[in-house]
Amino acid sequence: MTRFDSLAHSVGRTPLVGLPHLSPSPDVRLWAKLEDRNPTGSIKDRVALAMVDQAERDGLLRAGSTILEPTSGNTGISLAMIAKVRGYKLVCVMPENTSAERTQLLQMWGAQVIYSPAAGGSNEAVRVAREIAAQNPDWVMLYQYGNAANARAHYEGTGPEIFADLTSITHFVAGLGTTGTLMGAGRFLRERNPEITIVAAEPRYGEVVYGLRNLDEGFVPELYDEGVINRRFSVGPRDAVARVRELLNIEGIFAGISTGAILHAALAVGRECVAEGRTADIAFIVCDAGWKYLSTGVYSGSLDEAEDRLDDQVWA
Amino acid sequence: MGIICPTLVVMTDMSLEVRIPTILRPYTGGERIVEASGVTLAEVITNLDLSFSGLGERLLEDGQLRRFINIYINDEDVRFMGGLAAPVKPGDSLTILPAVAGGSGATIS
Repeated sequence: MTRFDSLAHSVGRTPLVGLPHLSPSPDVRLWAKLEDRNPTGSIKDRVALAMVDQAERDGLLRAGSTILEPTSGNTGISLAMIAKVRGYKLVCVMPENTSAERTQLLQMWGAQVIYSPAAGGSNEAVRVAREIAAQNPDWVMLYQYGNAANARAHYEGTGPEIFADLTSITHFVAGLGTTGTLMGAGRFLRERNPEITIVAAEPRYGEVVYGLRNLDEGFVPELYDEGVINRRFSVGPRDAVARVRELLNIEGIFAGISTGAILHAALAVGRECVAEGRTADIAFIVCDAGWKYLSTGVYSGSLDEAEDRLDDQVWA
Repeated sequence: MGIICPTLVVMTDMSLEVRIPTILRPYTGGERIVEASGVTLAEVITNLDLSFSGLGERLLEDGQLRRFINIYINDEDVRFMGGLAAPVKPGDSLTILPAVAGGSGATIS
């Protein structure tokens, strides 16, 4: 079925493709879930649609309502599209050091952008959004970090789709941001296969990003339940860029930088399986394509240069 | 990781390196990478605190890893490797990092 009543109806049902050349062995296979095949090009279309649908059912959103969300990236773009077709206004709070492409994309879909101070990154955007929400009680903050509909989108969508295509799945690998993908798809897949290994790939940023944090004001998303996860890897920009280039050069898949971090973790567990003589079917998430990251310049040049370019960036 | 140690860390046979985040460097005299020893993470933290007084209290609370502190052994989160009982061996690399928000896509200056 490839006909849909509207663009929003076409969210999800993305392809799962094998990686015959990057897989560690014929018995340890990698499978890429191509979430860039969603309407605005990222996995966040699932999240935005689910959160808006739930807010409508809860009576929080009515014609002409204003949605407020702290986001510098894909969630904002997805919400802007859904808001556009459903007749809502969208206000995004994002760090002031965000790329021109992001502001352009958000404004193309009609979103208003409010900037938060660069220092503090996403934590600061969350704080500013909460202040704005307090001043505008009629605005609706969907808050992806704590919205159960975020994880449910993956429990009802991403997880079942992967299992339907790969019942032999042994490992599921995804990025750890809001934690919605891992919580939702991870819970679903474990219900189907209690032996499955759920692997989180967390981006490791440069010194500047962490240097601003007060240890007593750290941030763990409300959705996060570490009981769902078996292993958690921290992946730096050098490894992420190296893998995202391999994905392009060896399998022809043009993915965003965060996908490189996820592939790095997937390959790490895959190589362990080979060393231990086990068979494995490892599914991992391709969060988005590389278009929005071309301005970083990391798809060409040396890895040292790429690492330098991402050093002070929140790149995933 | 692009972290270049400003001073040479002399590694002894039983030692491992520990990467210290900016916010905790006042405890290490500004050093980014310090040396520690132990066979479990708990021992490493105890030994770190002996060398750098007060550091242990910033990592632990009521005998547990603080909620907003993440520690990685060779890039893997210790909470999934036995927590404070996680085994370490000479040559391992420990990284201490504060928890940060993610999931919103890249912010690019």
